[in-house]
Amino acid sequence: MYSYTEFDDTFIAARNAQFRAQVERRVDGSLTEDEFKPLRLMNGLYLQLHAYMLRVAIPYGTLNGGQMRQLAFIADKWDKGYGHFTTRQNIQYNWPELRDVPDMLDALAEVDMHAIQTSGNTIRNVTADHFAGAAADEVADPRPIAELIRQWSTDHPEFQFLPRKFKVAVSGAAHDRAVIKAHDIGLRIVERDGVQGFEVIVGGGLGRTPMIGKVLYDFVDAEDLLPTLEAIVSVYNLLGRRDNKYKARIKITVHENGIEDIRARVDARYALIRPQFTGVDQQMLSRIEADFAKPTFKTQSLAAYESAYTNDPVFRSWADTNLAVHRAQGYAIVSISLKAHGKTPGDASTEQMRVMADLAEEFGHNELRISHEQNVILPHVHRGDLPALHARLKEFGLATANIGLISDIIACPGMDYCALATARSIPIAQEIATRFDELKLEHDVGPLKIKISGCINACGHHHVGHIGILGLDRAGVENYQITLGGDATEAAAIGERAGPGFSADAIIPAIERLVLAYLDLRTEQSETFLQTYRRLGLAPFKAALYPEAQADAA
Amino acid sequence: MAKAFTPSVITANALLEGDVIYLTAQGWTRDLAQAEVFDDEAIAEDRLIEASAQTDQVVGVYLANVDASSGTPVSTHFREAFRAKGPSNYIHGKQETL
Repeated sequence: MYSYTEFDDTFIAARNAQFRAQVERRVDGSLTEDEFKPLRLMNGLYLQLHAYMLRVAIPYGTLNGGQMRQLAFIADKWDKGYGHFTTRQNIQYNWPELRDVPDMLDALAEVDMHAIQTSGNTIRNVTADHFAGAAADEVADPRPIAELIRQWSTDHPEFQFLPRKFKVAVSGAAHDRAVIKAHDIGLRIVERDGVQGFEVIVGGGLGRTPMIGKVLYDFVDAEDLLPTLEAIVSVYNLLGRRDNKYKARIKITVHENGIEDIRARVDARYALIRPQFTGVDQQMLSRIEADFAKPTFKTQSLAAYESAYTNDPVFRSWADTNLAVHRAQGYAIVSISLKAHGKTPGDASTEQMRVMADLAEEFGHNELRISHEQNVILPHVHRGDLPALHARLKEFGLATANIGLISDIIACPGMDYCALATARSIPIAQEIATRFDELKLEHDVGPLKIKISGCINACGHHHVGHIGILGLDRAGVENYQITLGGDATEAAAIGERAGPGFSADAIIPAIERLVLAYLDLRTEQSETFLQTYRRLGLAPFKAALYPEAQADAA
Repeated sequence: MAKAFTPSVITANALLEGDVIYLTAQGWTRDLAQAEVFDDEAIAEDRLIEASAQTDQVVGVYLANVDASSGTPVSTHFREAFRAKGPSNYIHGKQETL
């Protein structure tokens, strides 16, 4: 993985010193809040509902054991002993005090981390497939190009004051695990005639006006990618609306101008700037690729794995649910669930963070990933080590066997923390998970993605949930709208609104009716919720959600 | 006809800690029950201006509606209720000490 160069160290140190001085000037009154606010946001520091919140970048969700351990140290020393992993593959601290933040940033810099561009109208932390470098279906590891984009975009002078925030996601596989079609720019590494290049998708995004991105180019050569990105963001910077923040994202720019017009403008801009890219970026990419060299995989007996799988039903259940196919023989990708039933999705205690760091070092070639689904991944674990790993995970409440199931819910912080939220998300996720654990139906229901947002900004990706839940304020009362049929994969789709919303008391029974209806409607156990929905449409699910309307109509 | 003024308290976040705080006659408190309740709009507006000027202590000062009929101010909107108590997902934050 990438580690800082001397240039990076110097840059981050200078930036942190600058912010330390800005904090001091805010505290002594030299800076007003209006002056200070954009400066703190440039360093990832928000003021939320109950406290400050520091959002730390975990580029493309990749970190090592030492970095995870340092994140735990920071949470213990300056926060409340836990961290919250987000759909942006970042970590957020919910309770820092203003005076401590410069020390927190210095502590991050010690392990090559920072909080730059985790806020503001800039190109945000670049995200990627959380199975990058390990997935069996991968064309190429997307992280080197994500790192190149991070270096290109960090403090890019032209792109510090875009019309709105700008999100880039990269996938190197046929199966999209990075939700690339719901990003401002989505990149997919593809192969054509034996040559690797990029499919470039623009104008996707969720929020108030959810849209699936459109293909701008079906193949861009690797050496042309950075000038292409620069041309796209330049066109958006010029054309994007600044009169209305809700219409300022590139999805609106593409929608209002049309993809053909945008392509023509990007082509023209590209022609102008392409000569400035003299190949230095490709030299940098070669250096970065060396930093992402694949681990040396070992050959080891599978006996322990096979014995545990045969004899231990708890291990087998976990293995069936939480492992993914690795490209290397004998290895598995391990997803560690941060969705224990009834707990806050995405939260990890500092003890759990340290355990995951230890396990990465002991069993996982010192690599960890944060998924946009708010779980932690050990991308390279030999199957022979899995029984020992599972035993340790169990000891620390990290062995919940629910990846991809009904309790593996994405939930934004909602009104429990977020100043923008209009309703709570987390308690709804907690109650759904607890309810289906009580019903013992989770494994029978099978793959089902529930995603919850506490406001229209859709940080919980509810639009692309098979079942999406949107929390709103209806006349001073929390109210929850349901959408159905959303999909975050390569077959991306925006969910369809089912009907009137439900009160906080009524939403869990409504979800239960919906899921029980699916169990009745599916033709066989292997037909997933989404497949059943696509086969039958909204009507039978709507009937389950609103039985009183059915009765009235009868 | 002008809308009747709703009893209110003045709230903000503390500059250094970020905590939710409320104005009292003597200064700021973390406890909504101790907040000064304003029934008179003109007085409330004057106090809001004074409080907003304390930029070395507080951020984001505003009036929040309360029900003070029991003698102790109680939030009338769920957002303010969460601010007064802390997150509802588990016991941490403000409710640890109140």
